[in-house]
Amino acid sequence: MRIGVVTFPGTLDDRDALRAVRLGGGEAVELWHGEDDLHDVEAVVLPGGFSYGDYLRAGAISRFAPVMDKVIDAARGGMPVLGICNGFQVLCETHLLPGAMIKNAHRSFLCRDQPLRVENTSTAWTSDFSADQVIRIPLKNQDGQFVADERTLAQLEEEGRVVFRYVAGSTHGPEGFEVNPNGSRHDIAGITNERGNVVGLMPHPEHAVEPGFGPDEPGQGTRTGTDGLGLFTSVLRSMVA
Amino acid sequence: MPRVVVHVMPKPEILDPQGKAVAAALPRLGFEGIASVRQGKRFELEVEGEVTEEVLASLREAASTLLSNPVIEDVVALEVEDPTGGAA
Repeated sequence: MRIGVVTFPGTLDDRDALRAVRLGGGEAVELWHGEDDLHDVEAVVLPGGFSYGDYLRAGAISRFAPVMDKVIDAARGGMPVLGICNGFQVLCETHLLPGAMIKNAHRSFLCRDQPLRVENTSTAWTSDFSADQVIRIPLKNQDGQFVADERTLAQLEEEGRVVFRYVAGSTHGPEGFEVNPNGSRHDIAGITNERGNVVGLMPHPEHAVEPGFGPDEPGQGTRTGTDGLGLFTSVLRSMVA
Repeated sequence: MPRVVVHVMPKPEILDPQGKAVAAALPRLGFEGIASVRQGKRFELEVEGEVTEEVLASLREAASTLLSNPVIEDVVALEVEDPTGGAA
């Protein structure tokens, strides 16, 4: 299964995402922002970082990269696409996903291990999780506050399109942000489109895929967490199905 | 060269963390009596040739697609500046 990972100028987490794809059992394919070609991949990951230095708005300029026209077409055709952090911001800018991300309400960059509840296990990227399973993966961002108008939020809730929600149990954070790390509406950490093939989330599953390098798992020791791997194994299943 | 100036502001219902940070810093520097601050963006676009209605229409589209994100921001003004310096 060929899974592409797009590198934009300023992308940081493409190497980790490629590694996560391999550890999940997929064939990792490097994709370049300036190239108008998806190289026959069957799914795409838009990784985290600060593409184009977050100039204008996070994700705003990446959205017009040549590779994105292909990604948008493929996503509309049903190809699984996962946007992580900056990749989620890019998906919002393309309007493949509704809403937008603004600066964290406490105005600081925040990095911590973040528990999330998986509320939708029928997307292309979450079928290997059980309903309402709580996973713990790293979160690190400055512009992570998910906002949308009330009508959009109500629609996301009614249609079960909130995929990941922030829950209690994180390691640390500013006062008032112990559960919700950034002021996101409805504690939303990740959402999907109507079809369930496009998923975006702010925290980083690709940093929690290998024992010894992941988040601390309470009761199991330091850096043991591998909860992020489930996204990269789920997509293989969705492509077989 | 004629210049078109575009002003973009966060929507009124959207919290503006940068504006709040500026508002909190002002009294620390002794600037009192400012109730709130909202921070926006100003774009200056130099246009080749005359600013016709057609050019303006295309710039309005650019303003509402790339220069602003309509989910969180409004284009509050789009003004043509006279090449001699004043506003037309």
